Amino acid sequence: MNNSAAGTSSGSGDVSAPRRNSNRPKYSRFTQQELPACKPILTPRWVISVFTLIGVIFIPIGIAALRASTNVVEIVKRYDADCIPGNNTKAYRVAYIQDKNIDKTCNITLRVPKDMDPPIYVYYQLDNFYQNHRRYVKSRNDAQLKDRGKANDTSGCDPEDASNGSPIVPCGLIAWSLFNDTYNFSIGNQNLTVNKRGISWKSDRDHKFGNDVFPRNFQNGTLIGGASLDENTPLSQQEDLIVWMRTAALPTFRKSYGKIEQNLRENDTITVTIKNNYNTYSFSGKKKLVLSTSSWLGGKNDFIGITYLTIGGLCFFLAIAFTGVYLVKPRKLGDPSYLSWNRNPSGR
Amino acid sequence: MGFDWSLLLEDPRDRESCSSAPCRSLGRTPILLVVLALAAVAVDAVAGGSSTLRFMNQYFLLIACLQLWSLITPVNPASTWGPLIIIFAVSATKEAWDDYNRYLSDKQANEKEVWVVKDGIRKHIKAQDIHVGNIVWLRENDEVPCDLVLIGTSEPQGICYVELKTINGNLLLHFFTGNETKLGMSRGVPEPKLTAVDAMIDKLTGAIFLFQIVVVIVLGFAGNIWKDTEARKQWYAQYPEDGPWYELLVIPLRFELLCSIMIPISLKVSLDLVKSIYAKFIDWDEEMYDHETMTAPHAANTAISEDLGQVEYILTDKTGTLTENKMSFRRCCINGTFYGNESGDALKDVELLNAVINNVPDVIRFLTIMTICNTVVPVRSMSGNILYKAQSQDEDALVNAAARLHMVLISKNGNSLEINFNGKLIHYEILDTLEFTSERKRMSVVVKDSEDGKILLLSKGADEAILPLSYAGQQIRPFVDAVDQYAQLGLRTLCLGWRELKDDEYKDWSQAFKEARSTLVNREWKLDEVCQRLEHDLEVIGVTAVEDQLQDGVPETIETLRKAGINFWMLTGDKQKTAIQIALLCNFISSEPRGQLLFINGKTEDEVLRSLERVLLTMKITSSEPKDLAFVVDGWALEIILKQYRSVFTELAILSRTAICCRVTPSQKAQLVELLKSCDYRTLAIGDGGNDVRMIQNADIGVGISGREGLQAARAADYSIGSVSGTSLFNSISLMAYNVFYTSVPVLTVVLDKDLTEKTVMQNPQILFYCQAGRLLNPSTFAGWFGRSLYHALVVFLITVHAYADEKSEMEQLSMVALSGCIWLQAFVVTIEMNSFTIFHHLAIWGNLLCFYGLNLMISAIPSAGLYTIMFRLCRQPSYWITLFLITVVGMGPVLALKYFRYTYRSSAINILQQAERSRVATFSIRDLDSQLKSIEKDVGSLASRNKFKSSVYEPLITDSPTATRRAVGPSAFDFLQPAQSRDDQNAGLLEIVCMLTE
Repeated sequence: MNNSAAGTSSGSGDVSAPRRNSNRPKYSRFTQQELPACKPILTPRWVISVFTLIGVIFIPIGIAALRASTNVVEIVKRYDADCIPGNNTKAYRVAYIQDKNIDKTCNITLRVPKDMDPPIYVYYQLDNFYQNHRRYVKSRNDAQLKDRGKANDTSGCDPEDASNGSPIVPCGLIAWSLFNDTYNFSIGNQNLTVNKRGISWKSDRDHKFGNDVFPRNFQNGTLIGGASLDENTPLSQQEDLIVWMRTAALPTFRKSYGKIEQNLRENDTITVTIKNNYNTYSFSGKKKLVLSTSSWLGGKNDFIGITYLTIGGLCFFLAIAFTGVYLVKPRKLGDPSYLSWNRNPSGR
Repeated sequence: MGFDWSLLLEDPRDRESCSSAPCRSLGRTPILLVVLALAAVAVDAVAGGSSTLRFMNQYFLLIACLQLWSLITPVNPASTWGPLIIIFAVSATKEAWDDYNRYLSDKQANEKEVWVVKDGIRKHIKAQDIHVGNIVWLRENDEVPCDLVLIGTSEPQGICYVELKTINGNLLLHFFTGNETKLGMSRGVPEPKLTAVDAMIDKLTGAIFLFQIVVVIVLGFAGNIWKDTEARKQWYAQYPEDGPWYELLVIPLRFELLCSIMIPISLKVSLDLVKSIYAKFIDWDEEMYDHETMTAPHAANTAISEDLGQVEYILTDKTGTLTENKMSFRRCCINGTFYGNESGDALKDVELLNAVINNVPDVIRFLTIMTICNTVVPVRSMSGNILYKAQSQDEDALVNAAARLHMVLISKNGNSLEINFNGKLIHYEILDTLEFTSERKRMSVVVKDSEDGKILLLSKGADEAILPLSYAGQQIRPFVDAVDQYAQLGLRTLCLGWRELKDDEYKDWSQAFKEARSTLVNREWKLDEVCQRLEHDLEVIGVTAVEDQLQDGVPETIETLRKAGINFWMLTGDKQKTAIQIALLCNFISSEPRGQLLFINGKTEDEVLRSLERVLLTMKITSSEPKDLAFVVDGWALEIILKQYRSVFTELAILSRTAICCRVTPSQKAQLVELLKSCDYRTLAIGDGGNDVRMIQNADIGVGISGREGLQAARAADYSIGSVSGTSLFNSISLMAYNVFYTSVPVLTVVLDKDLTEKTVMQNPQILFYCQAGRLLNPSTFAGWFGRSLYHALVVFLITVHAYADEKSEMEQLSMVALSGCIWLQAFVVTIEMNSFTIFHHLAIWGNLLCFYGLNLMISAIPSAGLYTIMFRLCRQPSYWITLFLITVVGMGPVLALKYFRYTYRSSAINILQQAERSRVATFSIRDLDSQLKSIEKDVGSLASRNKFKSSVYEPLITDSPTATRRAVGPSAFDFLQPAQSRDDQNAGLLEIVCMLTE
C-alpha cells in the first residue's frame, strides 16, 4: 500500500521479517524449564535406610576413634598453684610472680602411668588465657616478621610497637607476652633430653618468619611481658616464638614445648624442674604441663569417639522407631484423601 | 490513488507540549544512565527511594559506614566494602541494563525518521528533532510523531484519516496523537510496583534487625561488664586505664558489626537476579508464544514476576482479551424477518441472498445503511482488491458483510461515495457525518442519492440509542425482541434506522450544524444537541448481530482459574446483556441453578444505593451456600457508587468472587483496580486496548496483549503476550506463576564474603521462591528457618570446639573447620529442601562445595596469605573429615527426621500431591485426582473467606495438561530465605568464636 515509497517499504519489510522471527523464543530444555530432573521424595524406606546406614557407618568409626583416644597415654600436671610456696592469697601470688628477685625454680614429679613410645610430645597448657582477644590477636605485624627491611613497619602493634623511640622487633602484644616458663626433665639422675627443634610448622619457619630477621629492642621497655629473645638467633629459628604466635582460638589451649624421643616405662618417675616465670595469677589462669603420645586422630580426645557412638546409636534408634511407626500406622503416600479439602468439612 | 499523504504543521498553540514531547525520554545517553543507575542505588540506599528493599539498603550502608571506624571493626573494613561494592555494582548494572533497554525502545520511537519540509525541500530528520513550526510530511500508515495540525492532504477534499490505535481501541476519533495527548492524560503516573515478597522480606529483615539489636544490647552489656571485671586483669592485653567517653558504645557496636552478617548483603542481589531470571523464563516460554502473530511473551517489569503466584483478583477487559476482537457478521433482523437463525450465519442464509437478488427494498436499505453509515475507508490495493480500513471492528464486519451481499463500497473520496450493487454503480454524496460519541452511542450520516436527489439520514447505534428515536407508531417490539435474542447469544447488536429529509429541513439543520461545528465553546455539547435535532422519527429497519469470537480455550481457562480461588472481574464497555452472555459463555458465571446474578442498577443515587444494599445483603445471606454469585453493575451506577458509596461497594467487592461491570470507562476500570488494591488484594489486569492502559498500570500486575487494538497496552503492561489463544494466555500465566515458584531456578550468586579470618568464601545459594499466596514466606516459616539456623550454628560451634580442642586449637585451623562445617551443612540444607534436581542444581550445590575447596586450597598455596598451608594440613587430617562428617550428620539428622515426620504424618497438601505425582500410584492417577478435585470444588467455593482459598491455589494445575502437572506440581519448598539462613548458619557459628575475639 505504501506505493509511494514501494522500494523503501519493501526493503524495510525484508529487514523486519527475520527480526520478527527472532522474537520467537529459542527452544531449549533449559528455557522451557523442562530439564530432566530427579525428584526424590522422602519415602519411609528411603529415610529408614538412610538412618540405618548412618548408624552402620558411625558406630565403627566411633569405636575406632575411641580406641585411638584411649591408646594415647597422657600425663597432665597442673603446677601453677604448687609452684608458689605456702598457702596464699591471689595478691600474694601476683606479687610473688612479679618479684624479679625471687628464684622461681620449682620441682614437680610425674609418674608414667603406662609405657609411652616416642615421640612423646611435651605441651604447656594455659587455661583462661584469651589469645583470641581482639586487642591481642591483632597486635602483630606479619611483614615485619618476614622481611628484614620492614623492621620499622610496626603498624597494628600498638601498644608494643616501639620502646625508647625505636621500633621493637618482633613488635606487638603477642610476641611481647611470650610464654617463658621452662622445663627440665630427668628420670632419676639421668637427664631427659627434650628436642625443641621442629615443634613449629615448617611453613612458618620457611615463609612467615625471616631467617635474616633478628630480634631488636625486644623486652626493653618499662613493662616486661614474657620471655626475652636471643638477639643473635634469627626469628625463623625462634621456634617457641613461632609456636606462640600461632594464636589459639580458644581460651584453653596447648602449645608445643618439645619432643621427648625415648621410651618411657610404666611407673617411671620423672622429675621436672620448672622455672615458674609466667604470670597467669593475675587473671586466675591455670598452667599445666602435658606429656602425651599421639594417635592418628591426634591427642587424647574422647569427644569424637563418644559422639560418633551416641549419634550412631540414635540413628539406629530412629530407624527402628520409624520402622515401628510405619508398621503400626502405615500411611499411603500421596493419598488425596488426606488433602485438607477432601476431609469432610463438617468434621471440623 | 489508494494512499493519502498529509502535510501537517505543528500547532503553535501547543508550543509547550510540543517541545516537551520529544524530550521526555530522550535526554539520557547510555553513559549517563550508568552513572544515574549507580547514583540511584546510592540514593536509594540513603533515601529509601523506589527500590524494593528499602530497609535493607539503608541497613547495609549504615553497616558499611560503621566498618570505616577502625576502632570498632572486628574485621578489615575492606572485607565488607569489597562485597558491598561488588554487590551494588551488580545491582547497578542490572538497573542500568534495564534502563538501557528502556532507552533503546525510547530511542527507537524518537529516532524514527520523518520527513520535514523546510524551505521547500523535503528532508529526513529524526522524530526527536522536530521543532515547533516544522512542516511534517507524512505518508499513509506513518505514525504521527507529535501533536500536529493538518494543513493539507493528497486527497482532493483535503481529508485525512487518522487512526488512533494507540489511544482508544473503540470508536473514538479525536485529533490527538502521541504520548502527550489523550492517552498521556488517561495514563496517570504508574507507581513503582512493590511485590508482596519484597514487602515481606522487608518486614523480616526488620525483624532480624530487631533481634540483632536485642543481641547487641545484651551481648554488649555483658561484654562491658566482662571487660571491667576480667579483661583488665589480663595484663597481656594491656587495657588502657581510661578509655574515651564512648568506650561503652564500642563493644555493642562491634557486636552489631559482627551480627550484621545475619542479614546477608547477597540477599538483595540474589533476589534481583532471581527476578530477572524468572522474567526471562517468561520470555522464553514456548507455550506463551503466539504462532499467528509471531509475538513472544515479554516481561517488561522484571521485578514483580513472583507476584504472579499470589494474584487474587483478575480484572479483564472483554473485547480483545477474552474475545478475539475479530468480528463477524452473524445474524440480522430486517423488519421483523430474522436471517441467519438456522445456519448461524446470515451470509449463508438463502432467504437473505434471495431477498438481495430480488431487490427487496427493506433489505436493500438495510444493506445501504450497513455500507454507508460508518467511517470505513475503502482502499484499493495494488492487486485491485478493495480493502477496508476501519476504526471499529464492528464496522469492518458490517461493511465486509454487505460486500458479501453484493453491496460493495468501492470508494469514498471526500464527499462522494460509490457503491457497487450487483454490478450497478450507485453514487452518493455525503453531506454530513454525525459522529459517534460514547455519550450518543450512535452515529448518523446524511447522504444525497445522486440519482434521485433524495436526502437521507442513515443512523446506526446501540438499541437504546436508536429505538427511542423511531417514529411514532412504529412497532419496535420485534426489534427489541431481536436485540434481546441476539444479546442472549452473546452477539453485539446494532440497530439501523433511516429517514428521508426534506430539502428545507436539511438546509435549516445544516446551517445549525455548521454553526455548532465552528463554535469554540462547548462545541461537543452543542454538536450533540444539534445532532439530536435531526435524529428523530427514524424508521428502524433492522438489527445487526455481530459475533466477537471467544479466544480459544477461554472457558476452560477461566473455570480453572476460578477453581483456584482467583476472583474474576470482567470490565467491559459492552452492553449488559452481551456482557452477561459472554460471561456465561466463558464460564465466568454459572447459569441459573448454580449461579445467580445480582444486578446493581438505578438511575438516581437513591436507587443505586438501595440496589447496592440489596445485593450486598443477598450476597451475605447466600455466602454460605455453594452458589456462584456474581454482581453486575453498569457504568452509570458504578459512577455513582464510586463517588458516593465506596465503602459499601468495597464490602461487596470483597464478598463477591465474580463481577461484571459493563459500560465502564477507562478511568472507572482503573478506579476499580485501585479499590481492590486498597483492600490489600493482589490484582492482575489484562487488557489489549488503549482503554485498558490505566487499569494495567494500576494493577499489581499488568498483562497487555499485543493484539489488534494496538501496542499501547502492551507497552504499559508489565507483561505482554501475543494475542494468542486464551488457553495459552491464561494457562501460561498460571503456569508461569507456578513454574516460577515451584520449579527450581538455580542462581549462582557468587557472594564474596569475608569472614573473620578474612578468607574469601564463595557461596552459591540456591534461591527459590516458594510463595503460594505468600504462605511459605510468613513469619512462622521464617521462625522455623531461624530456629534451624540457630541449631546449626550451635552444632557447628560445639562440635568444632570440642573436636579441635587443646593442641589443635590453632585459630586459622579451627575457623576453617567451622567454616567447612557451615558450607557442608548449607549444601545439605539446600539438598534436603530441594524437590527436584536438574543438572544445574547439582552443579550449583556440589559445584559450590568444590569451589569452596578449590578456592581455599588455592589461597592456601600463597605464602603471604594467612591461610597458607592451612587447607592442605586440614585435608590431610583424618580428624578434619571425621569432624565434618559428624557436623553434617548431627546437623541434618534431626532436620531429616522432622521433615520426614511432617512429610508423612503431617503432610501439607503440596506434599501429598508431590507424592502422588512422583510415586504414580497405579490405582490413583492424576486424572482421578482431577475429578476428585472437581467434585470438591463446590466445597471450596463455599468457603467464603478468601484466605482459605489459598491452600487450593495450585489445584488448577492438575487439570492442565500432563506437562503442566509435571512441571507445576513440583513445588520446591525452598524459601528464599535460604541465603539468609545459610548465612546465619555460617556466621552464627563463627560469631560465637568471634564473641570471644571481640572482648
